[in-house]
Parts: sequence; structure tokens; C-alpha cells
Amino acid sequence: MGLLSKKDGKLITDPLADNNPITIQVLGICSALAITAELKASIVMAVSVLFVLGIGNVVISLMRNIIPSKIRIIVQLVVVAALVIIVDQVLKAFAYELSKTLSVFVGLIITNCIIMGRFEAFALGNGPWRSFLDGIGNAAGYGLILIIVGFFRELLGSGTLLGFKVLGDPIEKTGLYSIGYENNGFMLLSPMALIVVGIIIWVQRSRNTALIED
Amino acid sequence: MENRTDKNSYTILFAIGMVLIVGALLAFAASSLKPNIDENKRLEKQQNILYAMGVNENEEGSANFVSTADAPELFAKYIKKQLVIQGDKVTENNEAYLIDVKKEQSSAKAGNERRLPLFVGEKDGKTFYIAPIRGKGLWDAIWAYVAMDKDMVVQGAYFDHKGETPGLGANIKQRFFMDDFIGEHLKSNGKFKGIDVAKGNADPKNIDKTDNEVDAIAGATITGNGVAAMIKSDLKLYVSYFENLK
Repeated sequence: MGLLSKKDGKLITDPLADNNPITIQVLGICSALAITAELKASIVMAVSVLFVLGIGNVVISLMRNIIPSKIRIIVQLVVVAALVIIVDQVLKAFAYELSKTLSVFVGLIITNCIIMGRFEAFALGNGPWRSFLDGIGNAAGYGLILIIVGFFRELLGSGTLLGFKVLGDPIEKTGLYSIGYENNGFMLLSPMALIVVGIIIWVQRSRNTALIED
Repeated sequence: MENRTDKNSYTILFAIGMVLIVGALLAFAASSLKPNIDENKRLEKQQNILYAMGVNENEEGSANFVSTADAPELFAKYIKKQLVIQGDKVTENNEAYLIDVKKEQSSAKAGNERRLPLFVGEKDGKTFYIAPIRGKGLWDAIWAYVAMDKDMVVQGAYFDHKGETPGLGANIKQRFFMDDFIGEHLKSNGKFKGIDVAKGNADPKNIDKTDNEVDAIAGATITGNGVAAMIKSDLKLYVSYFENLK
């Protein structure tokens, strides 16, 4: 990372693996369950959170010295809600098709605990540039898990990826289905997202035993 | 010395200031963008109606509208008549497509006679009757435009939703679900029956078009039930109009 100092670089790379918001900090689980039934929704959510968390962290960081500590959570909530709603309105006016894809996510982004978590834990105590990096890093770590979970749930649950029938047609019985393979409908339901996240946590901690807590 | 931001007076002033600034910002955004948003919604309605009667740019597997630039022209070309049905009265109204089905539903609940918009389209010598319907899915509103022929056989449908689960209920706007309705009969033995969204109906390829059933989406039972319910309750209101056509 030529552009960033080593310390700043870690702000981006840490949340991707050893301090991942979902698998290590266990934040943002609810949205990881809700929208990972297909890969496309996972990607859309990942990009949206990247955008909101990056900007939101900067805004909170700029305001960190004037926010009264007694009502800081409410202030954070107002900032993120206002940001998301303005973006939603602008998209509705100028990119209507895109906004229709995103409208489902608006509520999920506002209540995403990763966003509140990073505001509270990082942006309130650090400068704008480092907060921006932290926001991007954590959103990327979150998005990474979302995309992995979405990939497996859509592939095993519907036999498709981004809507393409990669395993053949389950009704016409072509491809894998011709030899008796069936989609696992359970993969489409939320509990399986939790199990997939659990498997990721298991794999991650068995590879890096330093992450195991007593 | 006590930190200045811990004072009650500062906290209250900050809260008031924040509410004023954010409120003004949101109000400004909402009112300055409203004309654009309304225009987008108007064009979308035209696109939806055209989609239902088969005027679209569908590619294999994906549902595509005609472009927003072409929508007004095509709408004028294909939609021959816009009707408003109110009780026994049928009137022509060139802005019938702007009627808000949600408002009509709630005004019907309040005891008023509901205005039912119906669009008569013509394409390749065939006449389509397109009705907008609206109901409830799992999380929020769902709605549809259903194109029928004069015997109430579905010729095309466009479904949409406000907030159904992506990958599950949201799939009602996918081709594989919407196309299942094409050719399906709304009547059974001359009586209005609707179309059920059925699980395990032993007809997943939907070959039998007269069974008043289409195949459900796995994991989206409540959305599917909502689709069946809105078809049953809203399209039923049009039955007398179709009876009078004969």
C-alpha cells in the first residue's frame, strides 16, 4: 500500500479477515440473514453499505467534538437516516430503475448495527481520513461475507448464480438435475444463512487459532 | 471544568438545531425532487400497462420495459380507450391510468363507490383489457397489471412489490412467475374463480391452463397467498363489465 501508511493500511485490511465485522465482531448479522438468498441482492447491499459507512463515518468524525455525549446515539441515527433517505430520493428522481432495486434495502441500511457500531467505536474518536478508511474497510469485510453467503445460498438453494441457471433446469431436468440432483430449498430460508456464517467462522478460526477465545 | 458538550442546555440546543437542519434538508430534497419523481412514476405506470399487454423489450429470462422515452408514444398508440367503471356507469377518461388504486380501495372501505380503471389496448388485431390490482404481501404492498381477453383469460401480467424479501417474495416480478399466468383462465365453468398460487399442484410446468392454479415460489408462501387474494378480490369487481361485453 504505497498510498497509505502501514497503520492506515491496516484499517482497511484488518476488517477483511482478522477483525471481520460479521465473523469476529458479530455485527450486522440480521441483514446478513435477510438478504443473502440471492447473490445480486448481496452485492447491492454490500455496495450500499460501503457508500453509506464511508461517508457516514466521515460526517460523524467531523462532528465528533460537538456531539453531546448524552444523545450521541440519536445523533448517529439521525445522520445515517438522513444520508440514506437523501440518497434514496435522489436515485428516485434521476435513476428510477436503480432506486427500485434499492428501495428494499433502505430500512435495512439505517438499522444496520455495523454502521452504528463503527460510528460509536471509531468515528467518534478519530479524524475524518482514518474514519473514512475504517468505514470502507469494515464495509468491505461485511460485503465479503455477504457475497460468500449469497453465493452458496443461491447456488445450492436455487441452482442459479445472478439469475443464470448454472446447474441446469430443475423443471426440464437438464444438466445436474438429469442425474437426480435436487435444489435444497432449506438454503433459501434464513436459518441456513446463520449456518453458513457459522461454517465461515469455523474455517476462519481453525486456520488462525489466535482468534479463538477461551 | 465540566466539558461544554455535557451541559444540559448545550444538549438541548444541539438537538433542536440538528432537527431543524436535518428537517430542512429533507424537506428541501423531497420538494425539489418531487416533480422528477412524479414524472418517473407516471411513466412507470405506462410502462407497466404496456408490459402487461405484451408491449415490452423482453429478452430471454429477463423482464424489460419499453424505454421511458418511448413510453408516452407507445402508450398513445396501443391503448385505444381508458375507461373508468363506477357501478353501472362506464365513462372514458384519458387520465384513468393516473387513478390511485390504493386511494380507491380505502375510499371504497369508507362506503364510497370505487372507481375502477380499465385500459383497452389493441395489438396485432387482438384486444386486451388491462386492470390494475393491489394487495398485501408479507411485508408491504404488492400490485399488478393484468391483461385479459374478453373471456377473462389472462394474456399477460406484470407484478411488482414494495418490500418483499429479495430472492423469495421479490421473485413475483420475475419472468418465470409472471409468465405462468399467461393463458390461465380466471373463470371456471362460467363463474369467476380467480387464480390460486398453489404449492405441490402436480403441474409445475403449468400445462393445464384451466385449473385456476399457477405454481408457487418456494419460501414465499405469504407473498403468493397475497397475489392470489388480490386477484380474487380486485379482478372480481370487473366481472360485471365483462358480462356486459357479450
